[in-house]
Amino acid sequence: MVPSDLRYTKDHEWVRLDGDEATIGITAYAADQLGDIVFVELPETGRTLDQFATFGVVESVKAVSDLFAPLSGEVTGTNPDLGPSPELVNSDPFGGGWMIRLRVADAGQVDALLDADAYDALIAAG
Amino acid sequence: MPYGPHTADDRARMLGALGLTSVDQLFEDIPVGLRASHLDLPDPEPELELAARLSGLAARNRTDLASFLGAGVYRHWSPPAVDQLLLRGEWYTAYTPYQPEISQGTLQSIYEYESLLAELVDLDVVSASHYDGAAATAEAALMTCRATRRERVLVSRGVHPHYRATTRTYFEGGLELEEIPLVAEGEAAGTTDLAALERMLADTERPVAGVIAAQPDFLGLLEPMPEIGRLAHAAGALFVAVVEPVSLAVLAPPGAYGADIAAGEGQPLGIAPQYGGPYLGILASTDALVRQIPGRLVGMTTDLDGRRAFVMTMRAREQDIRRDKAASNICTNQALLALAASIYLATLGPHGLRDVAALGAARAAELEAALAAVGVSRLHPGPYLNEFVVGVPDARTVHRRLLASGVLAGLVLADAEPDDASLADGLLVCATELTTPAEIATFAGALSTVLADFDIPPVTAEPVR
Repeated sequence: MVPSDLRYTKDHEWVRLDGDEATIGITAYAADQLGDIVFVELPETGRTLDQFATFGVVESVKAVSDLFAPLSGEVTGTNPDLGPSPELVNSDPFGGGWMIRLRVADAGQVDALLDADAYDALIAAG
Repeated sequence: MPYGPHTADDRARMLGALGLTSVDQLFEDIPVGLRASHLDLPDPEPELELAARLSGLAARNRTDLASFLGAGVYRHWSPPAVDQLLLRGEWYTAYTPYQPEISQGTLQSIYEYESLLAELVDLDVVSASHYDGAAATAEAALMTCRATRRERVLVSRGVHPHYRATTRTYFEGGLELEEIPLVAEGEAAGTTDLAALERMLADTERPVAGVIAAQPDFLGLLEPMPEIGRLAHAAGALFVAVVEPVSLAVLAPPGAYGADIAAGEGQPLGIAPQYGGPYLGILASTDALVRQIPGRLVGMTTDLDGRRAFVMTMRAREQDIRRDKAASNICTNQALLALAASIYLATLGPHGLRDVAALGAARAAELEAALAAVGVSRLHPGPYLNEFVVGVPDARTVHRRLLASGVLAGLVLADAEPDDASLADGLLVCATELTTPAEIATFAGALSTVLADFDIPPVTAEPVR
């Protein structure tokens, strides 16, 4: 079971919404599928993202994958620990492996994202 | 490792394993109309006749000329060890050594190329390698756009016109390329116009990803690279230095003046001027840009038993992993020519390379004096290394007449830079360590004779000194 207080995308990002601030990362399932993560490319603070736009790249020893913004908003911060320790995405995907914070433009967009049950069903279906 | 073609037995065995009877069956999915048709080749010839015909064609090359042509390709003495070692069959593949367990020799040679070039350009990362200096420059320009997420690049008109043209082609997908003019007159004539660069960078509506300048520039002049780099960085742009590798034995390397990326033509490093290229594109960057650099990167590591081993590294930049988002579309590398450069550098050593650069510069100074003595002077007052522009009336005609006298008088700039009226009378001439005093005397003597035939006075205006 994935954390029930988060929302999810079909592309395996998670969102924690707190007021108008969203914290975003990738799920444990995505991290496992990618394998050992060696590099995470994140956007500069202040960049404005449209919902589902590419905001970065995650690179593992065997694959590279784009990261998509689950919500529209302005980047207010990125996880400074991922530079020296990208493996945090594997070891603590829903916590210390978070990637970016957004000031969301439209909190209503979150309603269209998957809840924990729906996301669990998605990964169970493979 | 043999790279010979398959024998008929090999093919029969492979077809047997696939349950097929002919190679053509492998192509059945391709519509007939799209398959390669019969090649229109002449009939086979006996070897003797063919050799005679090819010798005849080769004899049309003028190898008797006293050549003062450079303009991006330079004649240098290459120790016989370079070509002799390149003849070894083990090296005869341009393909990427994806299997380190069978490719240690090739991987080590690429690692050594990258290490030698990194020392020469004084940057952290060198990729191996690109088709030529033009392609490497264009790739450098794309790197600046990816790294800054900006879409406008400024290239000095002091960068080789072919490199500018190639970069323009790469940018046709929607990126902007603008040319920085050269200073028209005065002490800095022929070098990048810093005031114009500053104005172009000031347009904050269209932020600049990268600024590209060449050292020495296309006209042979030394550019104020530290200042160009400072202006670029102050505007948040990256700085690309286009360099000639032999010159780096005596000039400051890109890493010393803050360049983020270096690009250049590797031909002067032991590769004969041949076929007009392609030769060897050098591309190097700072560590910060390692994920943006295209081309092979080889690293040194240890295997399971703790032995030294070489492997391709940072593979996630490349097509087999990143697919359409790869750092480049290149899929083979110029490994054999990179190896030639490595052997050349290792054979000469740092002192030898410095001698090559210094001797070329000394010969060029002798050439300048000899031409001045017959009344032909430089068009630009600034310092140069081993190549410079002289002004003669009707340069194209003078060039043609000199050719009849056995002198290849460099490059007619009216052909290379037709849009630049200040270069209409220009001949771009070059000397290297291969240039002899006798050739210089021949050039000066023949030029004096040719100019004496002209009605107009041969002496162009004395440049400001």
